[in-house]
Amino acid sequence: MAILEIRNVSRRYADLSAVDEVSFSVEAGEFFTLLGPSGCGKTTLLRMIAGFEAPDAGQILLDGVDLADTPPEKRPVHTVFQSYALFPHMTVWDNIAFPLKMAKKPQEEIRRRAQEALEQVHLADKSSHFPHELSGGQKQRVALARGLVNQPRLLLLDEPLGALDAKLREEMRGELIDLQREVGVTFVFVTHSQQEALALSHRIAVMNRGRVEQLDEPSRLYGYPANRFVADFIGDINLMEAEVTEASHSHLKLRVPGLGEVMAPPLPDAKAGEKGALALRPEQARISAHAQTAELKNHFHGTVRGFLYLGDVTVYTVELDNGVSMDALLANSAPGRAKFFDIGDDVFIAWRHDAGLFLRE
Amino acid sequence: MKTPRNFWLWAASLAVYAFLYIPLAVVVLFSFNDSALNAEWVGFTGKWYARLIHDPDMLQAAGNSLLIAVVSSSIATVLGTMAGIAMHRYRLRFLPFLAVTPVAMPEILLGVSLLLFFRQVLDLTLGFVSIIAAHITFSIGFVAIVIRARLAGMDESIFEAARDLGASPWETFRFVTFPLILPAVIAGFLMSLTLSIDDFVITFFTAGVGVATLPLQIYSMIKVAVTPEVNAVSTLLMALTLSMIFLASRFAPDVLKGKG
Repeated sequence: MAILEIRNVSRRYADLSAVDEVSFSVEAGEFFTLLGPSGCGKTTLLRMIAGFEAPDAGQILLDGVDLADTPPEKRPVHTVFQSYALFPHMTVWDNIAFPLKMAKKPQEEIRRRAQEALEQVHLADKSSHFPHELSGGQKQRVALARGLVNQPRLLLLDEPLGALDAKLREEMRGELIDLQREVGVTFVFVTHSQQEALALSHRIAVMNRGRVEQLDEPSRLYGYPANRFVADFIGDINLMEAEVTEASHSHLKLRVPGLGEVMAPPLPDAKAGEKGALALRPEQARISAHAQTAELKNHFHGTVRGFLYLGDVTVYTVELDNGVSMDALLANSAPGRAKFFDIGDDVFIAWRHDAGLFLRE
Repeated sequence: MKTPRNFWLWAASLAVYAFLYIPLAVVVLFSFNDSALNAEWVGFTGKWYARLIHDPDMLQAAGNSLLIAVVSSSIATVLGTMAGIAMHRYRLRFLPFLAVTPVAMPEILLGVSLLLFFRQVLDLTLGFVSIIAAHITFSIGFVAIVIRARLAGMDESIFEAARDLGASPWETFRFVTFPLILPAVIAGFLMSLTLSIDDFVITFFTAGVGVATLPLQIYSMIKVAVTPEVNAVSTLLMALTLSMIFLASRFAPDVLKGKG
């Protein structure tokens, strides 16, 4: 059963629609992510679930009950803020015990559960420290423990990793996944980082301009983006204008101006003459020095115009003969070698007929 | 290394401080002078202070000043704290203006208008009540400014976090907001005390005939002559004021350093 249900929720600021008729539901125990660029409405939506803002229209239901008349302190929903929002005048212990005290739990229970929460986030030795004595990662863990200690139905996380440096962020990712699995609390996570979203979530709602563009599992979102926005926002992708020339249940034939005929996987009710875009992930494009006509149907000649060495992989920018630029990714399997091709090299770009995707919008 | 430009900067600063503090230093110095005239240094004595302690009028005035200061500052601190929080939270357009105006208003104007208000509108007999009311009026603004500056320097999500974690609005104030603004509340209270004890102009207009505060008493004494006794009481007043300002700056350094 859905633990959280968002029904046609809208929120306007002046004449700007921050959240526009959004609907979805979150299952119990899920790690659910709202992903989108800044200003897409994800934080506004989170604040409405927490109760800091009220929707102009629509309903927010928790366990089937409308939250409209429930103030934030009465909602079994806790938030981990981007700035952590630890109480600066309280020790780590008092911060973590705060929700239990507010819930008027007996002393003995407060002591036991605060201790458990401290141990859960590996901070048992920091209980008498003040927030300003902690590192960013430690503050983050206190905020998590404080949010989870009173066993909320939902834990909302507003870009909680945003303030950490890159290495720590990666570590915290792993900890977040473990923690969520351990406590079993439903997480609603807000981020603008597609990497974080893909790595952490069970499902992701991609938001743009106050609307949900697509809601799916990470691998489905990445593999089958519903439109150009999602394709472009999640991961890197090559987008080329294309027109359907032949549609069947087994394949699509596309015409890419200047490039010629391209084979793509089938799309339900696609019709010849439809215009859209061909989307191809850089790792799906194979780059080689020789033609591979026998194996791959989509293959084109081009010239290397640039490359970006990323350590594990190198991204080559190849200008095809029609002038279209394409990125292709090659794993650096030979150690100590930054590139297999140089700028100006003649190469072939090829991809499987079932790779690539035709996007209507 | 001192460049010439540095030197002139130092000289100018020194001149300004001298201009400010030499008159005060003279008052302090002559309060210990063993002569009835403020003319030349004769020798050290503490007798003017001893005389102060045995002057019933002076003691009465000091008592009045203290009572008025404590009562008016306490009330002004409560009201000013509420105003400061409201100014911060609701971002009203006119409240800050209204609360802060008495701070900037010429004292004589405030004194005259309060006198008219108490006499003509309220038909109040001037005395303790009118002085206390007047002192509250000009202290509220100072307290509100200090509180607002303190709140402005804080992360807003702390207060949301308290609500989010189960605290009612009152509990949020009691366990989070109040402990966090407490230093500013104390600083505001000390500033109000200082203002109240030192105030002359507004007190003069609202005191009537029965009640004299220390500044009024000093004024009535110098009408005759500036005696060393006046120097002594001024020195004590100065010491009290400075120590309270020092304390206030310890509690709210961000406000008094102008960072707020």
